Parts: sequence; C-alpha cells; structure tokens
Amino acid sequence: MKNETQILVIGNGMVGYKFCEKLKKKDPSGRFKITVLGEEPRPAYDRVHLSEYFATRSADHLTMAPLEWYAENNINLVLGNPVVLIDREKKSVTTFSGDVYAYDKLILATGSAAFVPPIKGVEKDGIYVYRTIEDLEMMINQAQKSKVGAVIGGGLLGLEAAKALLDLGLKPHVIEFASRLMPRQLDEAGSKILQEKLESLGLSIHLNKSTSYFDGEESVTAMQFADDTRLDLDMVVVSAGIKPRDEVAKKAGLTVGPRGGIEVNDTLQTSDPNIFAIGECALHWGMIYGLVAPGYEMAEVVAENLINEHSKEFRSFDMSTKLKLIGVDVASFGDAFGAEEGSVAITYENKDKGIYKRLNLSADKKRVIGGILVGDAESYNMLLQMVNNKMSLPPDPEDLILGSRGEGKSEGGNAGVMSLPDEALICSCEGITKGAICSAVIDQNISDLASMKKCTKAGTGCGGCVPMVNDLISETLKSQGKVVKKVLCEHFDYSRQELLDLIKINAYKNYDLVLTELGKGHGCETCKPAVASILASVWNEVILKQATIQDSNDRFLANLQKGGTYSVVPRVAGGEITADKLIVLGEVAKKYDLYCKITGGQRIDLFGAPVHLLPDIWEELIHAGFESGHAYGKSLRTVKSCVGSTWCRFGIQDAVSYAIRIEDRYKGIRSPHKVKMAVSGCVRECAEAQSKDFGIIATEKGWNLYVCGNGGAKPQHALLFATDLDDETCIQYIDRIMIFYIRTAEPLMRTATWINKLEGGIDYLREVIINDSLGMCSQFENELQLLVDTYHCEWKEVVENPELRKRFSTFINSDETDETMAFSEMRTQKKPANWNA
Amino acid sequence: MKNATTVTTEITWYKAGTIKDVPENGGACAMIQGNQIAIFNFTRSNEWFATDNMCPHKKQMILSKGMIGDISGEPKVACPFHKKSFSLKDGNCLSGDDYSIKTYPIKVEDNLIYIGIKE
Ligand code: SRM
Ligand SMILES: Cc1cc2nc3c(=O)[nH]c(=O)nc-3n(C[C@H](O)[C@H](O)[C@H](O)COP(=O)(O)OP(=O)(O)OC[C@H]3O[C@@H](n4cnc5c(N)ncnc54)[C@H](O)[C@@H]3O)c2cc1C
Ligand code: SF4
Ligand code: FES
Repeated sequence: MKNETQILVIGNGMVGYKFCEKLKKKDPSGRFKITVLGEEPRPAYDRVHLSEYFATRSADHLTMAPLEWYAENNINLVLGNPVVLIDREKKSVTTFSGDVYAYDKLILATGSAAFVPPIKGVEKDGIYVYRTIEDLEMMINQAQKSKVGAVIGGGLLGLEAAKALLDLGLKPHVIEFASRLMPRQLDEAGSKILQEKLESLGLSIHLNKSTSYFDGEESVTAMQFADDTRLDLDMVVVSAGIKPRDEVAKKAGLTVGPRGGIEVNDTLQTSDPNIFAIGECALHWGMIYGLVAPGYEMAEVVAENLINEHSKEFRSFDMSTKLKLIGVDVASFGDAFGAEEGSVAITYENKDKGIYKRLNLSADKKRVIGGILVGDAESYNMLLQMVNNKMSLPPDPEDLILGSRGEGKSEGGNAGVMSLPDEALICSCEGITKGAICSAVIDQNISDLASMKKCTKAGTGCGGCVPMVNDLISETLKSQGKVVKKVLCEHFDYSRQELLDLIKINAYKNYDLVLTELGKGHGCETCKPAVASILASVWNEVILKQATIQDSNDRFLANLQKGGTYSVVPRVAGGEITADKLIVLGEVAKKYDLYCKITGGQRIDLFGAPVHLLPDIWEELIHAGFESGHAYGKSLRTVKSCVGSTWCRFGIQDAVSYAIRIEDRYKGIRSPHKVKMAVSGCVRECAEAQSKDFGIIATEKGWNLYVCGNGGAKPQHALLFATDLDDETCIQYIDRIMIFYIRTAEPLMRTATWINKLEGGIDYLREVIINDSLGMCSQFENELQLLVDTYHCEWKEVVENPELRKRFSTFINSDETDETMAFSEMRTQKKPANWNA
Repeated sequence: MKNATTVTTEITWYKAGTIKDVPENGGACAMIQGNQIAIFNFTRSNEWFATDNMCPHKKQMILSKGMIGDISGEPKVACPFHKKSFSLKDGNCLSGDDYSIKTYPIKVEDNLIYIGIKE
C-alpha cells in the first residue's frame, strides 16, 4: 500500500494544527499519513487568547483540539520532542531524543519566538517573555512577590502584557523606544488618545526611552535608561517584537531572509520543493505575517495544493487588526496612515470620551482606503469590508464615523451588510465569504449563529466577525420574507412581552399548557426558563412545582459550581446580622464542611454542598430564622447598605433600616434578570448605590432615587430618576418601575440594557412612572402588591415537603453519593479538585 | 451480576428505577454497573432516552440535571454548566463542538425503567 504519502509537520502551534485539520477534511480516504512533531509539552492551543490563562488558569480552555481528536483522525502526534536536524538527502528528521522520522513532504510550522534585544543584564532572573503557557506560569509566580513591573515594547503584544501585569496586581510601566504607542498601527493623534486612556487606568507610559542595562544581583531590581533615568522594579516582560524560528531550516541549508524567516514562494514552497513553511516562520516576499489569519490561509494553500497540485496561491494578506486593550477598542485597517498618493483624511476626536477616528479617502474621494479607530471600533467590520471590496462611499462620508452622533441609537444599521459583494471575506480566520454564509441560510435553512458555526465554521476563530455573521443571518432571512421578529426561540412565535400578556389574559399557570396552546415541539433551554420567569412574575407560585423548566440554579434552589456541588446563600437583609446568627452560619458550615466566603453583596456564601445535603442544611438554617437569599434566581439579590446615620458621623438618614425595609419588600420577586439595590446614608455613597439597578442615596430632605445602573462586564452608572423623595414615594416609584420592567424587558435583560433600548430613555420612564402617562400606575402598584403578599421562602417549602425533598437525591436507584466529586485543600478550607482534571 | 433481568444475545437490561422517579419532561440519574447514566423522560410524546451523565466539555457529571427539549424536532439536552447541547438520538454535540456523548437503549415495562448495556 505504498500509495500513501508521509506528511511530517514540525511544530504543533496554531497554524500547524490548522493545517492538519484542513488536510484531514480534504482527504477523507486517508491518502496522506500525518505525523506531527511538537516542541511544547501540550497539544496546540489558542495563543491569540493566551491572556485568558491568567483568569482561567486552565490550559484545556485554550486547547485547539483534545488529544483524542488526533487519535481519531489517525494523526501521530509526538509532543515535547523538538526536531533538531533535517536531512534533506535522506528525507528524514531527527528529534532531540534521537528518534528519526521519514517524510515525503515536510511542513515547517515552527512559528516564532519573542525577540529579546541584547541589552546588558537581560539574562537575570525576573525577566520574561510572553509567548507560551509556561512563560505565563513563570510570570504568575514572580508576580506574587512583586509590586512594580515593566514591559519593554509599547506595541500590540506589549500592551497586552501590561494589562496582564495590571491584572496580576502590579503597577505596570510600559517602556517604548519610539515616540508613540503602537507605532505600526496608529498615528500620532490615535496613539495620544490611547495613551491618555491607558494612563487613566493606572499604566505608566514612557516614550522615547532606550534601555542601557538591567541592574541587580541574580534577579533584576532596576532598569537604567540612556537618558540617565532609572526605574526600580521587581520584574520585566520583554515584548519587543518576534523572531521567526528558522534555526533548524537554516542548519539544513534552506534559504532564510537576512533578518530571519524561511523564504517561500507563492505556493509556500521553500528553496527545497519538498519542504513548505507556513505561519509565523515563513517569509513571503520579504514579509513575516505576525497574525493568525494569514497563517491559516497559508495552511489552506498548502493543504489544497497537496490534494490538487498548483490550484491555489498565497497572496499578500490584509494586516488589519482590531483588539480590545484593557477595555479600550483599538482598530487599524487598510492603508491606516493614508500613504496612498493624494489621499484625504477625515478625523473625529473626542478627548472627553477618549475616542479618535480617522478615515482615509482615495484621492478621487470615491472610496475608503483605510483608517484608525480608538475608543469606539463598532464600525470596524463594515469599514474593513468597504475597503476590501472597494465599495463606493455614501454622500456624506463622515456619517461612517460619526454614525451614532448624539443620543439616538444606531438601530437598523445592519442592513448595510447586504450591500457587500458575495466574495466579501467575512470570517478571515476560516476564509468564509458573505456568499457562503448567505447560501447556508438559504440552502441549508440555517437560522442561528450556533448552527452557522457548525455548518461553515464562520466565527469560530477570533470571533471578531460574529456581529456581522449575525447581521447577515437575520438580513438574509428577512430578504427571504421570513419575519425576523424578536421571538423567544423556535418553539414560540412571540416576544417575551407578547407571551406575558397572553399568559396573563388566558390565566395559563404552567409551562406545558403554554407550550401546547401557544407554542410547538418540546421547548428548549431558552424558552423554558423565560416562561418560568414570566409565570413566576405573574402568579408567584412555588417554582419547584415545575422544577424541570427552571434554569439549573433555580431547579435546585442553589448555584451550581465547578465539580457539581452547590452553594448556600441565606438572605442577610441590608447586610445586617446578629452575632447569634453568625454563629449559626459558622456551625452549619463546620458541620457540613462548607467553604465560607463573604460575598460582594454583603452576605455569606457557603460553598461545596452536594445536592442531597441541601435540604438538611437549609432545615437547620431555617430553624435558626434564616430564609432563602435567592442567589440562584433571576430576582432581587441584595440590597446593600452603608451603616448610615445610626453610627456614621456623616450619615443623614438611617440607611440600614431603609435597606432592610426595601429588601424585605422586593425579596423573591422574579424578573427578566436579577435585580440589585443599595441604600447609602449620604453622598459619600459607601453602599455604591449608583452601580445598582435601583440606588437610593440620602439627602437632607429624603432620598435621591437612581435607576438602571449595572456592574458586570459592561458597567453603567445609574441615572438620577427623582430627588428628595420621602420613604413612601420612593417605594411607590420602585414598585411601578419594577412591574414596568418585568412586563416589557426581554429575557435576561438587566435594567441597564432595558433603559438603553427603551425608546425615549429616562425621560420617557419619568413620564410613565411619575406623570402616569400610560394611566397604568395603579395597576402596576396592585400587581406589585400581589407579589409582596404572596411571598414565600422557597427553601421552607422544600424543607417541609417530603415530595419536594426527594428530588434532591443524587441517584434514583441508589443512596450512593457521587464519588467523582473531589476536593482539595486551600488556605485550610476545601476547594473543588481541578476543573476538568 | 446484580439487577440483571433479561439477557438477549448482546444487550443486558438493568433495572434503573420506576417511572415516578424521573420528573415529567425532565431527567434523573441512575447508577448502573458503576456508571452514571442519565435518563430523560419526554412526557409529551412518551419517549425515553438514556445517555452518559458526563458532559464531555469539562468532564462534569451533570447532564441528567440539564434541561431537555428539541431543536427542529431532534430531542436534546443542554448541559447546565455552559449550555452545550447534545442530541439524545445519536449523542452528537449540537453546539458545533467535536465531542459526543454515548447513548444507551432504554425501555419501560410495567412502569419500570430498564437500561440496556452491551456486554
Ligand atoms: C458570590 C458572588 C461573588 C463573591 O464571592 O462575592 C457572585 C457569584 C456569582 N455571580 Fe456575581 N457574584 C456576586 C456579586 C456580584 C456583583 C457585586 C454586587 O452585587 O454588588 C456583581 C456586579 C453588580 C451587578 O450585577 O450589576 C456581579 C455580577 C455578575 C454578573 C454580571 C451581570 C451583568 O449584568 O453583567 C453575572 C453573570 C450573569 O448574571 O449573567 C454574575 C454571575 C454570578 C454567578 C451566579 C455565576 C453562576 O451562574 O454560577 C456566580 C455564582 C458563584 C457560585 O457558585 O455561587 N455576577 N456579581 C457575589 C454574590 C453576591 C450575593 O451575596 O448574592
Ligand atoms: C500574547 C499573544 C497575543 C496574540 N494576539 C493575536 C491577535 O490578537 N490576533 C492575531 O491574529 N494574532 C495574535 N497573536 C499571534 C498569533 O498567536 C500567531 O500569529 C500564531 O500563533 C502563529 O501560529 P504558528 O503556528 O505559526 O506559530 P506558533 O503558534 O508559535 O507555533 C509554533 C510551534 O512550533 C514549535 N516549534 C518551534 N520549533 C520547533 C522544532 N524545531 N521542533 C518542534 N516544534 C517546534 C513551537 O514550540 C510552537 O509550539 C498573538 C500572539 C501572542 C503571543
Ligand atoms: S464570582 Fe462572578 S466575577 Fe467571580 S468568577 Fe464567578 S461570575 Fe466571575
Ligand atoms: S461542562 Fe457541560 S457545557 Fe461545559
């Protein structure tokens, strides 16, 4: 059977892996036998999202494909064994451990290493590069004993490293040789805005600095600069550029560039026709592509040519980038600096908001040729498409960057995607065009993102194109006459608001009936919890009566954790708790071996309870006077308070008493998403009320009410709704807003997003709530009162009901406990053993 | 062999519990021969399914607690951890990932649930 071709891949990085994936797909019969030799100890991982390792500390999370994938696809993967020698005569390679592998075709995907400039003292301990998981592990260790860190290099990677240091709790300094940050992507003005933004976040930025030497004995303790200044520090990350890994190729006599990189032609052949180079190690017409998308395209070209010789060539590749640096969007695309002869630039700068936009027009002012976006890069995808597809400009080109001027939200802006030509490349990581996406919608009936990803792979790489893919799906559906109204999911042709009205009018009280009468099929994880939430908001019955439509946390009245245990969070209204109750919490935690933590919501969370013990634990807590804290529910979480006028020398109102009153009133009420509140006793605002859905701040005359604030991933300050309210009026307004929100928001929409989407915004809300412009206020109040009157502690119901208690068993046919649950110790308390170990 | 009732040529049927043990339109877990098996009850269509209890995404023993439903008529379960969905017919992941879960034959006789294990 010597019809097989032996393919040997050196390097199991992102591009090496992608090559295997592509070749396997194109060669189902298995004509090509693939062996991969990798230097790193683990299978290929997503280096682009390497920084996420700091948060997850999980390599699996980044893995491109698990080891089983290689096995299933018959790929022989050898890890932790770098190739040291290529024998082109014998067509074989030798690894570090001395093993020899033969090849018919050799693919070099050795990537690059960080470039470390030869500065005196650079070999000292405490100096790192930022490229592999091992590098990050060393940085994490060092950071624990460090306070000040520096990053050499103010480019894309350097700024990402600086953010990593910031997250590790260090004070980061960025040292840049050039006169501005990201000199390759941004112009002077864009850099300046970015710099100001980063400085306000706690980064110190030093420009025009060149380093003379690193000081210190064994470990680095300071950097000395050419301008005679000096910086004392504990660790350094070098991010001064990349150096292609061409050492093995060079030793084998392949042609390499003067500044490194393995030279390749348009089919990515090296100077030896049986050897190819792809990814960051390849030098194509004098260019090293330090991004993943061109690397994937190279993998595609080589894989395709192995199947059909000379069918595809690699063309120079677009180097446009968009990234989020420490919460600041930065993008640069096409001819970013307007280098083209006669080009004209339109710029917009808003120092207050930290936004800079630049659009370069061609000399004839007919096309966009490139640009820069800092602070707001929402229009990036569309602008990039206009550049790549040479699309013509709208009559007022400035609209392209000023689009969302003033308060009006740019709704309906997604129609623009349909004007793109079919060849427009939407997902550059996977090389998927607009035509392919639209035809998947039309020919294969794809109507949502998840199926689109599965069908075409679009959006599975860096994810940058996802908004555009979504727009294309919905616009194509529309153009086919399929109504894209905001329906819940495939089982209900209604929006949440319509369903709520129908459920109320028809007095439907259970999901099954709602599905039979108003929907179709068996339902799913989208519509079940949404309808459960509506039923609870409207009727406020015991939710466990319909346990299987509740989201996982609601189903067991506790939050699900790593390893499958649950947490126990009793309500501590206003954060006020007696010594006796604290003792009970301690005793229960000790008895059931639970991990204890004070939460960010001013109460105590007991973690690590197996499901079958939950009723016993709650029984004891309820006996001691506790009740459910609804930490699991889309409902009121906590009402934080500050100590207020009872103890605080600045306090002007009794914040604690009012917070307890508020918490007791709204506890247990189900809403589209969770609701948080806080009460502060004076303007110093120690309860952080302005970041809550409802924030109440004491004034000399009463309370100021703030609404629709949000922490979380996209923080938003609450808006001042009304001032100097007395106790009763403030509650009356909250009552009304709560019901208005419950009735009109979409599923899982916090109040902040709700107000952003509410036409007329806060002014309209005032009209409805204060001036009763809809004439609904008394109905709102009655509905809320009904919810208050029907309050019940969900855990009490379970504890007292043997039928419900039975649901908390692990197995139906045995009393065994789940033995796969494992714990280890940390700071004398328990924690789940490794996630996915 | 405990619990073994009927032996056919290749499949052995094990008793997993009674139909009352599994919530309507929901799931529950049984321990069969040392394996955690998730059992799902589609009351609306009177269909039953059995699969591994382990979600391959983060290797969590959890799927029996997942929410069931369908996508274009295909019965499925969504993992409570990160909402990856799996077909209950063939175990394939419906959220675009490469892994799948094992499915088992299941039958109900006289209100008793039996899971079939290939020996
Ligand atoms: C325990 C706690 C962290 C802590 O140790 O302090 C916590 C833990 C969780 N938070 Fe939180 N949040 C906690 C305070 C907060 C806060 C601070 C606050 O409330 O003052 C915020 C920001 C404020 C806000 O919500 O606006 C917060 C914003 C979130 C978000 C983002 C919400 C958003 O609108 O973007 C999520 C995700 C979500 O709900 O979709 C989340 C989700 C979660 C979940 C429930 C994730 C989950 O589904 O399992 C975590 C449960 C852990 C567990 O296993 O029990 N948690 N979470 C805090 C519990 C407070 C309490 O007593 O109930
Ligand atoms: C922190 C960080 C952030 C990034 N962010 C982005 C981004 O936002 N967008 C973007 O497009 N790109 C980004 N990149 C760049 C992107 O990661 C690279 O372009 C991509 O990883 C290149 O893939 P590759 O396979 O060519 O090289 P690599 O992923 O480096 O893989 C090469 C592999 O070959 C191995 N190897 C080398 N020599 C040998 C040998 N002799 N024998 C065996 N194995 C060998 C190496 O150990 C390595 O595992 C980022 C990079 C980093 C480090
Ligand atoms: S507790 Fe909240 S912030 Fe912390 S990891 Fe969980 S969800 Fe994220
Ligand atoms: S563990 Fe099941 S989806 Fe993540």
